Amino acid sequence: MSLIFSAKRFFTLIAAMVILTPTYAFHPGEPIPEEEFEVGEMIMHHISDAHEWHLWGGHHNSVSVYLPIILVDGGLKTFSSKHFYHGEHASSVDHKTNEAVAYVKGVGPAAGYAMYHEEIYKLENGELSFEDGHVHGAKSPLDFSITKNVLSLFMGAVLILLIMSNVARFYKKNGPVAPKGLAKYLEVLIVMVRDDIAKANIDHHKYHKYVPYLLTIFFFIFFNNLLGLVPFLPGGANLTGNITVTLFLAVCTLLVTVFSGNKNYWLHIFAMPGVPKPLLIIMIPIELVGILTKPFALMIRLFANISAGHIIILALISIIFINQSAAWGALSVPMALFISVLELLVAFLQAFLFCMLSALFIGAAVEEAHH
Amino acid sequence: MGLITPDLGLLFWTGLVFVLLLVILTKFIWKPILASVNAREQKISDALELAEKTKAEMHALQAQNENLLKEARAERDAIVKDAKETAVKMVEDAKNTAKAEANKIVESARATINTEKTAAIAELKTQVAAISLEIAEKIIRGELSSDEKQKALAEKMAGDINLN
Repeated sequence: MSLIFSAKRFFTLIAAMVILTPTYAFHPGEPIPEEEFEVGEMIMHHISDAHEWHLWGGHHNSVSVYLPIILVDGGLKTFSSKHFYHGEHASSVDHKTNEAVAYVKGVGPAAGYAMYHEEIYKLENGELSFEDGHVHGAKSPLDFSITKNVLSLFMGAVLILLIMSNVARFYKKNGPVAPKGLAKYLEVLIVMVRDDIAKANIDHHKYHKYVPYLLTIFFFIFFNNLLGLVPFLPGGANLTGNITVTLFLAVCTLLVTVFSGNKNYWLHIFAMPGVPKPLLIIMIPIELVGILTKPFALMIRLFANISAGHIIILALISIIFINQSAAWGALSVPMALFISVLELLVAFLQAFLFCMLSALFIGAAVEEAHH
Repeated sequence: MGLITPDLGLLFWTGLVFVLLLVILTKFIWKPILASVNAREQKISDALELAEKTKAEMHALQAQNENLLKEARAERDAIVKDAKETAVKMVEDAKNTAKAEANKIVESARATINTEKTAAIAELKTQVAAISLEIAEKIIRGELSSDEKQKALAEKMAGDINLN
């Protein structure tokens, strides 16, 4: 545990120094200006996805792991993101604001594509045109790149498999005995998901079927939340604070709920018992929207909580750089440490909540009529 | 890649990884773990039940033992009492028998003594009679040894008869 705290502090300091000058935002040919520290931009860069895994350093001496880019654009195209990050720096004039906007054109195998704010565009007429700060007219190829988040996703999955197979091996080897080692710690969580989440919310005769799904979703979120708190390579990506991931998880719960729904569930949506017929005209749309708002809330809750944690820590560390004085570390480091500890709680809590609410929705969908 | 715009590539990879993870974990990990945990819980509850049952059995056995002990004690008491009574009775019987025997012996002794006495008396009588006869004979002889004496006697006897 203490390793994570101190590592986080270490990381945040390094990260904040690194991010002083984002790698993609300088103009070639110009002398490197004494850029002003943009807190918002730094934070946004850090909680967003990227095609590289930035380790340390800035500008020309930055050290990154360049991740593979996979594009589907009239065939599969794969190449390293190095061809963007070490590509040709270009700039165009925004049609609306008349300000110069910098972007990078790919070189070598990436020729013909350009990257602006980590989004890949197909170049037409050899350059991108901008309107009101957004790329105008250019098409994006389908981007299946192994981005930072995708790599983090893989590592998270491998971590879960490694740890869980260790636990499963223990039980296979020893049979039904008191748990030892890793199993001792993880069994508590597994039994918690089974008893306090699944059994407590879903009908006693039906909950068995949903336990594997709930366990998977719990550990997927929990482990990735924790990985997000680890400041260096195996972690640090804002995976569970990414709207795409939370959207997918919420959709999974939505699908499980909808396909588990029994007669009683649909009856309550389309013909709420005891409600006068004319009222149903209002009730049915409300209930239908209700089906969607529940997973929507799941999606937003996880996304917002995890992103907020990352943002707060980065913002606290930024205090040092805004004031350009290491003395401010006396304030910002303890605060960041406190929030880091809090984030450990949040990592568990959000996984628990997502799982709990999923179980609640499933439980409501499979509930039998009581009256 | 905006903060709140879903990204197709990431969605694809997330879906792929999550579904694979769900399948692998369910099949190879959750099932054996849950099976083991359930089996263990079953084992524990069975063991607890068994312990409870054994306890009840122990109680029953203890009560049974107590009863047995009580019965044994009662039996022992009865046996001791019986033995005591038998002993007393035996002593009594022996006493009675001895008394009867003694009486019988005394009785028979008495009878023998009486018989002996009678016989002795009879013999004494015979002896006395014989001796008396002898004496009488000797006296008569003496009395009749001379004519004077025979005369004197006859006179005396005649005198006696006169007097009568």
